[in-house]
Amino acid sequence: MSVETGGLTAKVEETLATAPADHGGMSSALRRNLSSPWATALVVFIAVMWTIPTLGLLVTSLRPAADANSTGWWTAFGNPSFTLSNYSEVLNGGDTIPGGIAPYFINSFVISIPAAIIPLVLACMAAYALAWVPFRFSNAVFLAIFALQVVPLQMALLPLLKLFNLGWGLGSVTLIPPIKSLPILGSLASSGGGSFAPLWIAHTMFALPLAIFLIHNFISQLPKDLFEAARVDGASHFLIFTRLVLPLSVPAIASFAIFQFLWVWNDLLVGLTFAGGTVDVAPITVYLSNIQGTYGAQLHLVTAGAFIAIVVPLCVFFALQRFFVRGLLAGSVKG
Amino acid sequence: MNTASKLALMASVVLVFFGVLLLVLWLAGKSKGKWQTPLARLIFLGPAVVLVTVGLVVPALQTFLLSFKNAGGKKVVGFQNYAWIFTTPDNRTFLINTALWILITPIFSTALGLTLALLLDRMKRESLPKALIFMPMAISFVGASIIWNLVYQYRDPTVTDTQVGLLSAFVMKLGWANPPNWLLWQPWNNFLLMVIMIWIQTGFAMVVLSAAVKAIPTEITEAAMLDGATGWKLFQKVTVPMIRGTLVVVLTTIAIGVLKVFDIVRTMTNGNFGTQVVANEMYAQSFVQFDYGRGSALAVVLFVAVVPLIVYNVTQLRKEQSIR
Repeated sequence: MSVETGGLTAKVEETLATAPADHGGMSSALRRNLSSPWATALVVFIAVMWTIPTLGLLVTSLRPAADANSTGWWTAFGNPSFTLSNYSEVLNGGDTIPGGIAPYFINSFVISIPAAIIPLVLACMAAYALAWVPFRFSNAVFLAIFALQVVPLQMALLPLLKLFNLGWGLGSVTLIPPIKSLPILGSLASSGGGSFAPLWIAHTMFALPLAIFLIHNFISQLPKDLFEAARVDGASHFLIFTRLVLPLSVPAIASFAIFQFLWVWNDLLVGLTFAGGTVDVAPITVYLSNIQGTYGAQLHLVTAGAFIAIVVPLCVFFALQRFFVRGLLAGSVKG
Repeated sequence: MNTASKLALMASVVLVFFGVLLLVLWLAGKSKGKWQTPLARLIFLGPAVVLVTVGLVVPALQTFLLSFKNAGGKKVVGFQNYAWIFTTPDNRTFLINTALWILITPIFSTALGLTLALLLDRMKRESLPKALIFMPMAISFVGASIIWNLVYQYRDPTVTDTQVGLLSAFVMKLGWANPPNWLLWQPWNNFLLMVIMIWIQTGFAMVVLSAAVKAIPTEITEAAMLDGATGWKLFQKVTVPMIRGTLVVVLTTIAIGVLKVFDIVRTMTNGNFGTQVVANEMYAQSFVQFDYGRGSALAVVLFVAVVPLIVYNVTQLRKEQSIR
């Protein structure tokens, strides 16, 4: 079943799996014959073009304020004058930008890590149940979850915000209380009234359809004998899940974890809706979007702030490229 | 809250989550006999189904209902909000802009990505340029907007000699003495914003199409070349038909992403100067104007626009797989 409904993921997995073939055998000999200096030159040219804007950001963020705002960043190469003071000002706050970006940077971590782990674990559990503890409606449930990927976040924002703030009930009977009156989560709110809980919950909810779909694709492909043997030996579903399924699913889990972490890190819409702009909980993207509006003319500071925000995804990208590409491609329809 | 208490909060939330989970799994593992399997289903599937229902299914239905109500969500107004979207002359801007975004961005990204994929196929050391072109995909839309804001910086050339923005400096070098203030330059500023999305999505198109091009069996290419097919003909008659399915998937995937993007427009122009799009208008109506009816109607419009793209995407993939 999962093969038929594999969607983009299966396609991508398949094409990625065939990608390494270009390093050996006949096709590589043929490619050497075809390799042309013009092709190489053109690709290098485009790659340089693609990198220049980001390079401009980095260079500008390292220039003294007066230089950055009066001359083009490319002139810095002829007349080098660099400083880290923009970074210290934007991190900790200074004359122009009070407060600084540091708390928002921390907020992004505090939001992203649980918002990647929690949906992942819940999705693994659901995917295992759908794949290996089937019941009459498991196909229907899986297809329904698959279909939910069609719903844009925008469709859920308003009612969800209302639910988090006011709860939900029928008549005078409260069925779902507002977050702030929930036993543990409610006490997490800061003195300013902001809380990470709505962000964690919202990101978890929005992540689940894709996560279940992707991990189900993987888990359902695991050899059937494995589960049958374990069942015959008397292992419970819970033992099978923790001892067999989780360890075997590490590749799928890693790809999705990276994808989801970066998705949350880079998200603006959910952060803006559920965190407002408060220093206690707002993620770095919300802060950046705001200072771009307010201090957009202070190029040296805005660029330093932006670089601080993008350095995390870039590190993940260069360190874990293979997982990263896999995860990003698989998740490219999310949102 | 200070940094330490935030981090402690994060760690304790993760620990409590795992603690509760392990406790539940351990307790449930103790159960024996005929209750074990139904219990497993409930525990494994229950949380996800509840969260998805509360977080997506019910809110989506509520949004649908809200779209037929007035600003405060109290009075039913029928199709008034939809009529407002499609008949108000001012709204033509964001409708036309969104249509342009959906048409232009996927086509340009895919064409560029395909060109790169074909060129990469003829290259020996492809990993570094590939990584550099793919890199923008790692950057948030907000970060990308700030990067490109720097490119589009404008200083009035009649007032100052030095340009801070790369684009202004570049076109002035080429001889355009008095370039416009790019982000205010209607209607072309829309295309300048699309460039940002193209910059991000080309890497995606390139990586997927590159894998598809490499997956074309060498025998087919060789046979075609023996028959005398070269260059454009080879591309037209062999390469494109072989990767048609992947091309469609890339186009529709980018189109879906484009439809929902609002970060770029919000950060660059906030929808001013004739650059508004549906997704940003939806945010503005809901959370700035607090007109929940119109905001919801715009969300439904987005949903209705996305569905055929995704359905087409999925059926295309199924067709592909059934052929093989």
